[in-house]
Amino acid sequence: MTDAADEHRITVTVNGEPHAVEVEPRLLLVHLLREGLRLTGTHIGCDTTNCGACTVLYDGTPVKSCTMLAVQADGHEITTVEGLGSLSELDPVQEGFTIEHGLQCGFCTPGMMLTAKALITNNPNPSEEDVRWGLSGNLCRCTGYQNIVKAVLWAAAKQHGHVAETNGQGTTVSGRT
Amino acid sequence: MYPPRLRYVAPKSLDEAFAVMAEYGDDAKVLAGGQSLVPMLKLRFASPAVLVDINGLSDLAYHRAESDGSLRIGALCRHVDLERSALLPGRYPTMAAAAPQVADPIVRNRGTVVGSLCHADPQGDWASVLLALNGQVVVAGKDGRRTISVADFVVGPFQNSLAAGEIAVEASVPAAKGTPYGSYLKLERRVGDFATVGVAVAIETSGLQISRAGIALTGVGPNTIQAIEAEQALIGQALEPDVIARAAGLAAGAARPRSDHRGSAEYKRHVVETFVRRALSSYRLAVPA
Ligand SMILES: Cc1cc2nc3c(=O)[nH]c(=O)nc-3n(C[C@H](O)[C@H](O)[C@H](O)COP(=O)(O)OP(=O)(O)OC[C@H]3O[C@@H](n4cnc5c(N)ncnc54)[C@H](O)[C@@H]3O)c2cc1C
Ligand code: FES
Ligand code: FES
Repeated sequence: MTDAADEHRITVTVNGEPHAVEVEPRLLLVHLLREGLRLTGTHIGCDTTNCGACTVLYDGTPVKSCTMLAVQADGHEITTVEGLGSLSELDPVQEGFTIEHGLQCGFCTPGMMLTAKALITNNPNPSEEDVRWGLSGNLCRCTGYQNIVKAVLWAAAKQHGHVAETNGQGTTVSGRT
Repeated sequence: MYPPRLRYVAPKSLDEAFAVMAEYGDDAKVLAGGQSLVPMLKLRFASPAVLVDINGLSDLAYHRAESDGSLRIGALCRHVDLERSALLPGRYPTMAAAAPQVADPIVRNRGTVVGSLCHADPQGDWASVLLALNGQVVVAGKDGRRTISVADFVVGPFQNSLAAGEIAVEASVPAAKGTPYGSYLKLERRVGDFATVGVAVAIETSGLQISRAGIALTGVGPNTIQAIEAEQALIGQALEPDVIARAAGLAAGAARPRSDHRGSAEYKRHVVETFVRRALSSYRLAVPA
């Protein structure tokens, strides 16, 4: 009936690739990702569920991976920042962060980008207010929120094919419909 | 930080969950959204022998309005489900007002309403909201189900009245008999934080008279506080400035705030009074034809 064995064999799909791993129930998802699978793009900022640096997508929904057990990922799909795009083909969110200078030290950036990805997928044409509200669970210690918001608006425009223009120095976006 | 060593079970049905709960008794803990429990495990505030993860019980992922007008919220209804619900605005205004103010968007993606009631944090928002609405909790175990009022369920700081082996399966809000008005006003230091002060107001009117009143307070005492005298001062009255002022004063009197890093006791009490007055003054009653 129940499987109360101490180790659990789970299958989790990370960035499209299935992994079969043995995990102790107390292993946190963030540790499976960083230490087990060596995907160190997911950061640990606070370890107290406050900062959102560890945000990954769990079946497309942003979750704090420091606040979920790895066993809970059994049979689910996880997307980390490594799965967002590739060096040759950046995701619109990554492009937006580059063009609008959406990062300073970069520590919060993976979590910001994954939250942003889900946000613009669910809301193709967000207002600035929508973006600020939607990102309110992700803290930036460098407090570069202004450019992060611009980056996400840029990415929304790009992802959904609204006209996006920059002035060549990467500061403006216009033509949101 | 790692949680302590523990076992983990993900039952496929409620019956299976009840069996594990019965087997482990007080050593079992239900894992719902995990947004309070996992941090507590890391801090060793909880160290159960087994976690019973109910996230696979998709039958519990619902909220719906019954034909009699009551609202039912399953144990896997997450904060975000209510934040996005088209069902709440208008019919359940206090619930609609509270949903987007609980925690932050990522926590809302996982945390559940019922889990929040079980957690019984005096700074939790849903306990006050459900208390103001005269809500109930359905709890179940291998020997059957019982229904408990939220007032009797959320008994103390971080204490609920579940017996060993029981799982809370649903919260519910009774149907309004009159026209419902309501608000949840929350003061927080920054967006996403727990309340410095939270005030849930839920009234029903019949014509211009208040026929039912619920007022409950978050974060201003060792427990979630129901401001009973303030509620009583509203019954049978119209929403006139002197009535509102009296209720607001009584609510502030019911608060038991402590000075801490979020503010002084005096300040918090003042905010309670202001919030009750602000909420009650904001309703534009539909005048009967
Ligand atoms: C950064 C942060 C900010 C937050 N801010 C707020 C806030 O502003 N307002 C607020 O109200 N909350 C806040 N919370 C708490 C959040 O709302 C939690 O989601 C909620 O308190 C618990 O719900 P859960 O589903 O996550 O429960 P869990 O964490 O899974 O469980 C909490 C407790 O309840 C028990 N339990 C849960 N479900 C059941 C059940 N069905 N039957 C029996 N027992 C059960 C568990 O065993 C555990 O003891 C915050 C949390 C974080 C991390
Ligand atoms: S590291 Fe997970 S929320 Fe900060
Ligand atoms: S860029 Fe440094 S924390 Fe956000």
